[in-house]
Amino acid sequence: MLFSPYISKQDTVARIMFKVLLALIPGIALYVWYYGPAILVSITLASITALGTEALMLRLRNRPVIPFLRDNSALLTAWLLALSIPPLAPWWLVVVGTAFCIAVAKHLYGGLGNNLFNPAMVGYAVLIISFPLQMTQWIAPHGLGQTGLGYLDQLEYIFLGALPSGLTLDAVTMATPLDTLKTHLHMDQTVSQILDMPIYGRLAGNGSEFVSCGYLLGGLYLLAKRIISWHIPVSYLGTLFVAASIFHLVDPAHYVTPLFHWFSGAAMLGAFFILTDPVSSPTTNTGRLIFAAGAGLITFLIRAYGSFPDGIAFATLLMNICVPLIVLYTQPKVFGKKDIP
Amino acid sequence: MRSLHQFHGGIHPPSHKAQSTLLGIAPVPLPAKLIVPFHQHAGEAAKPVVQVGSRVLKGQIIGLPDGHISSAVHAPTSGTVSAIGMHPVAHPSGLPNLCATLIPDGREQWEQHRRFDYRTRNASELQQQLRLAGIVGLGGAAFPSDIKLRIGRRQVDTLILNAAECEPYITCDDMLIRERAAEIVKGAEMLRFIVDAREVLIGIEDNKPEAIAAMQRAVKDEGMPFEVVTIPTIYPGGGAKQLIRVLTGLEVPSGTLPPDIGVQSFNVATTYSVYRALAHGEPLLSRIVTVTGNVRQARNYEALIGTPIDELVALGEALPDTNGYIMGGPMMGLPLPEVRVPVVKATNCVIAASEKLFPLQFPAMPCIRCTRCVEVCPAELQPQDLYWFSRAREFGKAQAFSLFDCIECGACSYVCPSHIPLVQYFRFAKSEIHAREKDKQAADSARERHEYHTFRIEREKREKAEKLAAKEKAAFAAKSGTAETQPQHVPSDLEKSREHIREIAQSAVEHTEEGAPK
Repeated sequence: MLFSPYISKQDTVARIMFKVLLALIPGIALYVWYYGPAILVSITLASITALGTEALMLRLRNRPVIPFLRDNSALLTAWLLALSIPPLAPWWLVVVGTAFCIAVAKHLYGGLGNNLFNPAMVGYAVLIISFPLQMTQWIAPHGLGQTGLGYLDQLEYIFLGALPSGLTLDAVTMATPLDTLKTHLHMDQTVSQILDMPIYGRLAGNGSEFVSCGYLLGGLYLLAKRIISWHIPVSYLGTLFVAASIFHLVDPAHYVTPLFHWFSGAAMLGAFFILTDPVSSPTTNTGRLIFAAGAGLITFLIRAYGSFPDGIAFATLLMNICVPLIVLYTQPKVFGKKDIP
Repeated sequence: MRSLHQFHGGIHPPSHKAQSTLLGIAPVPLPAKLIVPFHQHAGEAAKPVVQVGSRVLKGQIIGLPDGHISSAVHAPTSGTVSAIGMHPVAHPSGLPNLCATLIPDGREQWEQHRRFDYRTRNASELQQQLRLAGIVGLGGAAFPSDIKLRIGRRQVDTLILNAAECEPYITCDDMLIRERAAEIVKGAEMLRFIVDAREVLIGIEDNKPEAIAAMQRAVKDEGMPFEVVTIPTIYPGGGAKQLIRVLTGLEVPSGTLPPDIGVQSFNVATTYSVYRALAHGEPLLSRIVTVTGNVRQARNYEALIGTPIDELVALGEALPDTNGYIMGGPMMGLPLPEVRVPVVKATNCVIAASEKLFPLQFPAMPCIRCTRCVEVCPAELQPQDLYWFSRAREFGKAQAFSLFDCIECGACSYVCPSHIPLVQYFRFAKSEIHAREKDKQAADSARERHEYHTFRIEREKREKAEKLAAKEKAAFAAKSGTAETQPQHVPSDLEKSREHIREIAQSAVEHTEEGAPK
């Protein structure tokens, strides 16, 4: 009882982060349904690595370990990274990526609240540049691969790198729908020809479109709980939609529909979970609109013209750089310093 | 129906008001002693005009207003002044302040007082009357009311009575309205006459239906064209600028005062004491105080100014697990250093605190820039940035980000999921900036003094040299008679040093002569 106010809302950083983790559950559940339980293994691996690295870094930085381990922020970074890399990736890929997120992108910048860049996206960028091969071996959804891979087989591959006899990696993995699209467009096929392939579903990738729906559902929960504001998801998805629409209308043979963009890759995850990271996104509402619009445009450009299949990570990181400037130039007028009509 | 406006942000903390409105306002038995601080209002402290041992009457001035913004302080009852000295008071600094201790004689003997005809007397007489009656804002800021009634640059169109009472726990205004609405309305009419306002709006939050009904009845009975406006309950809706915004849609521009936009507002309890001061000539001797929180019986009391808080706490019967007391509300109140401190004009509420009512705050975590503070800030600031600047002692940037528009309502601290004591950081930054400005002023005047000192020494030297030169020139002219045609004599270094030695010798002689016995 030292100073006012003596009362406060019983909300904590840990609870906010926990709700965000909770909001990821529908997407993860659908992921497991379509791709098998391998993703749960990488999430677990990433979580353990994140907590271990967090504890180690806190010790090295002489910070209290327990309160920060309980804030759930390291877990959230771990889950977001795990969801961004192929579930069948070898165990060390997950460990290296997560450790880099926490140690470099978070703690070298000053820990919770001080990171300029989204830690999970820094980890993703490091992995895709350092280990491009392992980062593109995505598991085939349920019933699409030539032979299904059982749970134990998945575990065995992750930890020992061994596949059941008679199976090759190519048989159980495949490129993502976005990647396939890009490759086949380069082979001078049209969008409609490509989308006839069995890996595509109604809107986008077969299976992955439903996982995106899961993320969307979680995102709506975050909006309802007022953990995120509408500005970033609406501006991001809106910009992506408008950019994709223009190109699709002009040249439908080479540019997919805006809905394809929405429901493939990490668009939904990015719109509701990654770009909305409060620490590395702007604090003003106008700033949020600009920030997310920039990210939407960069995502579209990377997907349409870049050499990487998806562009969320680089879009996020590039826009993270602009945040201090955006915030400075979008300061709202304070009470009594604006003209009221 | 008046269309209401909104201010940005605000919070809805649990109100805890019902518990102290079950019983009517009760008087406090005359305490064994009263401690009356001389500084109970914004501005300069009152100057003591009684001595230890003086016998004083009820309502007699014991401290005269001293300075432009100041107010009188009175003996709340008849008795004898037993001490004048430093005594603990409720103040953010925690420092004791000059107080008069009064031992009541129990006779309640009034000093002569009579009504003041505000309709026929001129404005300055009226202001003097309020100043000498010790009328200050009773909403918490204790700003002298006479200053607020000075005719400004602009005509005041709208007079607002602030009965929002938005802070949790506090119900003193609510109960005052329920029981004495007629006097408040009469006081409002006096204020309206004085500022010549076109309309009078009485803003009451919708969680006080009894007060709204009582006020409406009183306005009707008195036949006044005042409008009782029910406003939504939201903290800090009772902040003057926020209430003005809600009722009129106007924003008081930063750095100006409400009269600049044709509005003036008074708290209802202040209005009531204006009525007592003008209709009966009674100075401000008592006020309504809510005693609530961890007590057996929460209630409002009419307490004499100077009543030790422990008397009130005893009446409310604070429960055994009470671990401290707050003066004011849980959002902006002051922690009391001890219960011997007296009730002052700004004391609207005393809350007995306990671990259960006010659990220990979670340990502060780093700011994650979630901007919940931005969402609730009624001043539309960016508290997370101000926090960053205050912490980094970048006070210039904090000022550029409108630190001084912060009203310290505490809404940001209330919602912060990292439990950072944001308001405390802002108070720190403000006081640092004030201190630095003071230091700078002191340094500036010291530098000016030093520069003048150097200049004076130089000037004296120069004058002496000029005198000497003139003398020598005259002597030379007298000797030769051809001064005009001769080149001017420039004293050589040797001559200069001789002159210097002569000066020293001269002063030594003077000194000796002064000191020598005659």
